[in-house]
Amino acid sequence: MKTAYDEMHASDGSVRENYRSYIEWLQAMPEDLIRRKRDEADLAFHRLGITFAVYGEDEGQERLIPFDIIPRIIPAGEWKRIADGLRQRVTALNAFLHDIYHDQEILRAGRIPERQILGNSQFRKEMVGFDVPEQIYAHIVGVDLVRAGAGEYYVLEDNLRTPSGVSYMLEDRKMMMRLFPDLFARQAIAPVDHYPDLLLNNLRSVAPKGVDNPTVVVLTPGQFNSAYFEHAFLAQQMGVELVEGNDLFVRNGSVFMRTTQGPQRVDVIYRRIDDDYLDPLAFNKDSMLGVPGLFSAYRAGNVTLANAVGTGIADDKAVYIHVPEMIRFYCGEEPLLANVPTWELGKPADLEYVLAHLPELVVKEVHGSGGYGMLVGPAASAAEIATFRDKIRAAPHGYIAQPTLALSTCPTYVESGVAPRHIDLRPYVLSGKTISLVPGGLTRVALKDGSLVVNSSQGGGTKDTWVLEN
Amino acid sequence: MLSSTADHLYWMARSMERAENTARMLDVTFRMSLLKQSLVEPHNEWRAMLSISGLHEDFEARYAEPTADNVLHFMAMDKENPGSIYCSLASARENARAVRGSITSEMWEALNHTWIEMRRIHPEGVRNLDVSRFFEWVKERSHLSRGISYGTVLRDDTFRFLRLGTFIERADNTARILDVKYHILLPSPGDIGGAADYYQWGAILRSVSAFEAYRKVYRDQITPKRVAELLILRPDMPRSLMACLDVVNRLLQEINGPRSAEVLRRCGMLHGQLHFGRIDDIFANGLHEYLSEFLERIYGLGDLINTTFFWASDE
Repeated sequence: MKTAYDEMHASDGSVRENYRSYIEWLQAMPEDLIRRKRDEADLAFHRLGITFAVYGEDEGQERLIPFDIIPRIIPAGEWKRIADGLRQRVTALNAFLHDIYHDQEILRAGRIPERQILGNSQFRKEMVGFDVPEQIYAHIVGVDLVRAGAGEYYVLEDNLRTPSGVSYMLEDRKMMMRLFPDLFARQAIAPVDHYPDLLLNNLRSVAPKGVDNPTVVVLTPGQFNSAYFEHAFLAQQMGVELVEGNDLFVRNGSVFMRTTQGPQRVDVIYRRIDDDYLDPLAFNKDSMLGVPGLFSAYRAGNVTLANAVGTGIADDKAVYIHVPEMIRFYCGEEPLLANVPTWELGKPADLEYVLAHLPELVVKEVHGSGGYGMLVGPAASAAEIATFRDKIRAAPHGYIAQPTLALSTCPTYVESGVAPRHIDLRPYVLSGKTISLVPGGLTRVALKDGSLVVNSSQGGGTKDTWVLEN
Repeated sequence: MLSSTADHLYWMARSMERAENTARMLDVTFRMSLLKQSLVEPHNEWRAMLSISGLHEDFEARYAEPTADNVLHFMAMDKENPGSIYCSLASARENARAVRGSITSEMWEALNHTWIEMRRIHPEGVRNLDVSRFFEWVKERSHLSRGISYGTVLRDDTFRFLRLGTFIERADNTARILDVKYHILLPSPGDIGGAADYYQWGAILRSVSAFEAYRKVYRDQITPKRVAELLILRPDMPRSLMACLDVVNRLLQEINGPRSAEVLRRCGMLHGQLHFGRIDDIFANGLHEYLSEFLERIYGLGDLINTTFFWASDE
């Protein structure tokens, strides 16, 4: 594999400008103090209960997502370029969603093959012709960015359904400020803690027409969901109710929550439940998580769902390939953030190339997420590759492939001391009447030596992400 | 407030209060069994402990003899016994987790930390446990969580449903503790008023932190009637039935909503009965009978709170 770009050290071993102040500070810190602070962080995260449930393990098994105390530091100018690129990308994605659920101009213009959209299971026919407030579908988007060899950023994927992780971004910052307050006095680091305010404003800005003082709620599948902590956290930070499906009911086309004082009208639902489970009358009829009649109240325009139903079509990995084209089509601009070069295994030429180069490539299921069901060629055994080859041959349309990027590294505390580990970056983009985002995002780190998989379910950790203000 | 949130808050507080009271009951039973092994039939106190908790059937199905070890394990550590301290702390924590967005972070941290500690202690088992210290710890954790809620929670319905849970549970538990004397047999009727009797009433007072209060209020020897009066009718005794119902009654009036009429009426009747009750009348009809009826009514009130605020039919 090619050498990775290191966030802290230039190739000649010198410390990069954006890390100089931090390194000076770190070198002045006694080692046992650092060790103590790391233990303190672990204990605090446990006591706060900032844990996630691991599917398939014993009941009550809650794991901590490891937190690393060496921050990921992004210079101001670099962040500005990223932020501009994100705004542009999310604007195009929302325009695309509006278009394909209305006139489908991009299909008629032949810029995206019709089959990939209309034949896609993520395309919700129920949404065709339906107008959502402000024409915004993806109110909260988490864009996964990686940095390759020479330090250039790529978009790895767009998460437009129910992206998670923002609570870790906020808690990591709180933890760093609690452990090392002096660090924040040394340098101007852009704050992130106003994210819940931005989120609430954003949600209120897309309330149904005519509602003056909208009631917002967060809808969670419940406390056994792996991201429950985050759902509760965001509801609390925004000062809104956290509800489960059975707290809500639909009457006369409107949604109400059950309260100790009787029913109360709900206007905007920040839902952390997938489309399929939202409403047993409209979608999966076995769902116990949803609210019967919710979709009809939505279609009647009496409640806003964030994100909208049907956004999955825009973060499908087969559709990802076309995002640069969407940007050109809807914004009339060249993309500011690049896609990772991607082979579509539905195309015979691409399939042939990929099957011949499996040990070098990363292959992903088109509908998969969370790091499950993917092949990382360079890390896989011959037997694993052979099995995957058969799976691909059986259903080539179900897969895409990408080169194995040498994700950038950042020094990280591991058992043997400090060592470089691969990282990615997930900023969160909020769209309503306007687009807003806080500087930075969640930095995930693959703690295993050489591993490129940063997902928490696969042993990834997190770091505080700093955007410098000058 | 969301009905389900109120439900969790209420049960979170009830569970914590129950853990505390179970610790209190076990502690007093433990002390009684140490003090007077010679005076009473073996296992007598432990059997009484089971029957006042209403858990003797479950116990008998799974354990052999009501020995100290067995009952302590059953009531403190048994994961299968929903009334055990272990399960009460688990339930307090689970309910807190379900509403962690509605409680202060200090509250959540305290309950979560209690649970983490409980899980650490659990494998040691009762045999290797310093039981009195363990009961002290449970009481302290309960004091802490109540103190935190008192010191940090906004005085809205969050606070009210928490307090409602605490005082409904406490009223139930105090009535049970007081009834323990009915279940502990004295060696012979002639022992009434004797040393064993004195120690048992004294132990009951201690278990609800009322021994010093008794001395202060009555400045006289311990008699059953005064103990009962203190724990049933005195509004200034913080664990008495009267004090609990004073709080419950006030809370229900503050929570007052479109569906509250019946629950207010029922609570008012129970409150009035205590307020105008006389200890001589209670003793004339039998203390055990009085307490049994009270337990039934407090159970009924809890049920009504449930259907009024938590599980009302809205559609």
